[in-house]
Amino acid sequence: MKDLTPPAQAPAPRTWVRFTPIERALRSIFYLICVAAVVWSLRTIEVIPEFLYDAPEQTADLFRRMWPFDWGFYPEAVHHALIETFHIATLGTLLALLMAVPLSFLAARNFTPQPMLNALAQFIFVSSRSVNSLIWALLFVAIFGPGALAGVMSIAFRSIGFVGKIFSEALEEVSRGPVEALTAAGAPRSMIIVKGYWPQAEPAFWSVALLRWDINIRESAVLGLVGAGGIGVALDAALNNLYWDQVGLILAVIFVVVMLTEVVTSAIRSRIIR
Amino acid sequence: MNTQPAAATVARRAFVPDWGARLAWAALAVYVVYATGTLEISLERVWRGLDNAGRFLARMFPPNTEADKLELIQSGIVESLQIAVLATVIGVLLSLPLGLAAARNLSTPALSWAARALIAVLRSFHPVIVAILFVKAVGFGALAGVLALIVSTLGFVGKLFAEVVEEMNPKQVEAVRATGAGFSNVLIMGVMPQVFARFIGLSVYQFDSNLRNSTMVGIVGGGGIGAPLFTAYQRFDYDVVFTILIIIIALILLCELFSAQVRKVFQ
Repeated sequence: MKDLTPPAQAPAPRTWVRFTPIERALRSIFYLICVAAVVWSLRTIEVIPEFLYDAPEQTADLFRRMWPFDWGFYPEAVHHALIETFHIATLGTLLALLMAVPLSFLAARNFTPQPMLNALAQFIFVSSRSVNSLIWALLFVAIFGPGALAGVMSIAFRSIGFVGKIFSEALEEVSRGPVEALTAAGAPRSMIIVKGYWPQAEPAFWSVALLRWDINIRESAVLGLVGAGGIGVALDAALNNLYWDQVGLILAVIFVVVMLTEVVTSAIRSRIIR
Repeated sequence: MNTQPAAATVARRAFVPDWGARLAWAALAVYVVYATGTLEISLERVWRGLDNAGRFLARMFPPNTEADKLELIQSGIVESLQIAVLATVIGVLLSLPLGLAAARNLSTPALSWAARALIAVLRSFHPVIVAILFVKAVGFGALAGVLALIVSTLGFVGKLFAEVVEEMNPKQVEAVRATGAGFSNVLIMGVMPQVFARFIGLSVYQFDSNLRNSTMVGIVGGGGIGAPLFTAYQRFDYDVVFTILIIIIALILLCELFSAQVRKVFQ
């Protein structure tokens, strides 16, 4: 007699669910918040419908007034301002790097095993990043007066947090091997930085420096709107005089410079990193 | 035999001096001196500025908390928040198709080239400059700010979302395709599950960035807290400026905490 095992009960059909109930609930809450925020914004935001009716007309008028550009304005005012913008962005980036690198070593927990100092450096980074570069510019114009100096300082102070955050993370990822070897060989602290940490963090340093320089070229173009020097000053003057053909020229120049910067940074990036 | 001289040199000098790099550093130093000269930056001026800074900071304290000022600030902050919310939601919804069109592994070469060119143009201007154009087109007010920030959202999220889509694993897409699914089902079942978390991450990051910029578009008439801030600044009401700055920074930090939570939920 064969031992007939009773047929195993057919397993209940399993349903595979990608997320746990808690995950789904949290996601639903997020969507709910989004919808609520949109509804609230749409219901209370002040939009003047009369302005919308003639928007196409106004836009056409804008381009009619812009073209042809006032080319004579370029040698007269734009060229000098453009060079100034370039200097502001570059000097500001360099100053930011100068201040951010020591702070990054302070913020890196493997190099500075002092929680208080780490927190201090992190606090500087966060406060630098949470103030917009235009607000920094307002503050520095009040301090140094209108001009390029205020622009350089605002670009620098805005960039410290960005550079510091990324570079300190790169320092924390440094392999301990070379550092320990140098320490064991009795190398002084400065040499441990130069030959132990720096070679490993260098690619990250150059990539963040280039990225920030690229961003700063764009940002320095608007600083002049609040008086911090550069091409924004010319733009502000042209706007206030309603010389739209000059505005058009300046916007075209900014566009060309930004595109050139992007080409240059991607070329440098592919040459010195990797 | 051949390698011996090379080995000997290596042994003599552990760290070979890199003359090209030294030359580049020297050129950089020359540039800094030259550029500083053309900008008329001098130590004396910096020194005088530090003197000014003391007086400036003294005028900021204590922050102004008069009721009518606070009311004005509140309406400005609320408007900035609305601008950021609307611009992010609309911009993110629009950048979904734009990013997919720009991704070279999903769309046709011509379409992806066109989408990339559009993204490059949208990215090239600072939101405040875009706001100037929209203020002329649709008039003063929050709408101009919303439109300007939609443009920058499209540029940023569109570009990075396209990169995320290009980096995804093609196997799942092929598997879904092999079942005979149409294009929309390939997107929903093959592409989106892989990239959705990163897409939400980008969107949340862009919300933070939009909030920062929505406090600024008011300087050129795009609505939000920027206009009261700039007016107070031009009137030398530095105590009001300080109040506004504290509120802006607090708001931005709160939103960063919120977005960190959202990122955690969607990981």
